[in-house]
Amino acid sequence: MSAVAERAPAGAAPRTGRRPGVGAIYRWELRKLRAQKRTFLGFGMAVIVPIIFIVALELQKGGPNDVPFGRYVRETGLAIPPVLLIFGSIWLFPLIVALVAGDIVANEDGNGTLKTILTRSVDRHQVFVAKALAAITYAVAALLLFAGVGLLLGGVRYGLHPLTSLSGTRIATGRALELMAAALGAYLLPVVAVAAIALLLSTVTRNSAAAIVGALMVSLLMQLVGIISGLAAIKPYLLSTQFDAWQGLLREPADWAPVVRAAWVCALYALPAFVAGLTVFVRRDVAGG
Amino acid sequence: MSVAGGHPIEARGLVKRYGALTAVDHVDLTVEAGCVYGYLGPNGAGKTTSLRMLLGLIRPDEGVARLFGRDPLQEGAAALDGVAGFVEAPRFYPYLSGRKNLELMAALDGGDARDRIDGALDTVDLADRQTDKVKGYSHGMKQRLGIAAALLRAPRLLLLDEPTTGLDPAGMRDMRLLVRRLADEGMTVLLSSHLMGEVEELCDRVAIVRSGSVIYEGALDALLRSTGQRYRLRTTDDERAHAICRAQPGVQEVVSAGKGLTFAAEQERAVADLSVALVEAGVAITALVPAAASLEELFFRLTEGDGLPGQNGDGDRAASAREGVPSSTEATR
Repeated sequence: MSAVAERAPAGAAPRTGRRPGVGAIYRWELRKLRAQKRTFLGFGMAVIVPIIFIVALELQKGGPNDVPFGRYVRETGLAIPPVLLIFGSIWLFPLIVALVAGDIVANEDGNGTLKTILTRSVDRHQVFVAKALAAITYAVAALLLFAGVGLLLGGVRYGLHPLTSLSGTRIATGRALELMAAALGAYLLPVVAVAAIALLLSTVTRNSAAAIVGALMVSLLMQLVGIISGLAAIKPYLLSTQFDAWQGLLREPADWAPVVRAAWVCALYALPAFVAGLTVFVRRDVAGG
Repeated sequence: MSVAGGHPIEARGLVKRYGALTAVDHVDLTVEAGCVYGYLGPNGAGKTTSLRMLLGLIRPDEGVARLFGRDPLQEGAAALDGVAGFVEAPRFYPYLSGRKNLELMAALDGGDARDRIDGALDTVDLADRQTDKVKGYSHGMKQRLGIAAALLRAPRLLLLDEPTTGLDPAGMRDMRLLVRRLADEGMTVLLSSHLMGEVEELCDRVAIVRSGSVIYEGALDALLRSTGQRYRLRTTDDERAHAICRAQPGVQEVVSAGKGLTFAAEQERAVADLSVALVEAGVAITALVPAAASLEELFFRLTEGDGLPGQNGDGDRAASAREGVPSSTEATR
């Protein structure tokens, strides 16, 4: 890149600063997300669903006894986020993630603004990486909001009493919160993979709706495949299965095996999707708009 | 990698195909520093596709484009240093204000682009509306914001794709004044246009494209000289004037054109003699002005030799097209 420094030909506009990097693009991607309504649609869902869940618990006697931690939801607020994560993995989180990741490139096509940003001083791969980071940042924020609102409301209503682990042991409140944070990290693995698939679809289809629905359909399809008993052999390698990996961390002793598997299985989905999306984005013709 | 050695624009053998359609067909283009270069052609001639290739937005199927000696496909954004502009209508984020859009562009430009925002907004006269969201902007305001966004880069080369399209007459005039001013400040400008009058007013050199190919390239003066001068005549009695014109030596190709008529004359003397002849015949002249050759006429002459549109029965269409083009020479008389 020495050419960048050398280039100061006569008559050229003086370039006093450095060439902008991924960080500058990323910050503006976040600002763009903040200025768009659909961002808050996803955040809104992440807030409303925990509220509906708590209200439902208050209005009816029974509870989600058939899911892990479901029997303890009225005993401690700490049991609320795990149950929400289980419900959220069916379609809510894939949808929330796809809502932004599926839109973040296609939206530029829709607005005709790709040509606007690609004729500045940033390279295409930088723009794509910044968009991927922004989509993941949004997913992290939505996940924290989702679990945070559940924990807050659950804590206020039922108190933050020790949590009964999946092994039947009691986990002290402080330790349970730590494990919850780790569980969210594990939950993020398939979320990032869904984001990568949505980003690829966003880049290839150039159409927000198609990319969002497409990513959601991929998620639902894997769940469908997961419940077909004849296909049990591939179930450990489905993305939908990885949404349960975090449960291993809420055992005593912790079972890391599902988390480790989730890490590489999700990488097998996310990396090719990311590389394919990047390749298409870098090479594609920017026409129209 | 000598930058000073490269022309602002140098394209060789650019080809872009879309299926069976060849949108750009072996286009060569050299724009020298300080030039205001007109890239003239009707809609659909491949002007925008060429500009997109120059800016690295689309890949040519063949050929190479260099800006100041650097190929955008090879060097990416670095090849666009000192280059700015827009293709088709400039586009912005509708949900951000005009100023926020410029701040975004400046962040992606780096350097001291941010310091130029206020000046650029002043230059295009948008300072008052800078905090409004772009979705509320008129077409003309977006065009002006497009220029402002280009100016943030302090460009040495400005590529403008039909910047006056869709503007009202006042907007067109302002846009042309702005382009003129930027050119006077030493900027090299590539201006694509389908308006002959606009190119005549602003450009030194011109390339004329049709169906993806350059059919003429050279100095504008030479082009206009080569096509011969036409005049527009209005009188109190056009019917008699028509007959007098036909009989007048040195006056050719007389065509009725709605109110009045047009004719060609090589020598100004012939025009002078005609005016005397008309007055002597009792036909009073209400207007006798040089008419700019329309793009249609130029195409016709460049591709069909010396024939004139009026001679094959489509004189009315050609004449109305001619009248639609404001003539800069007319305004000076």
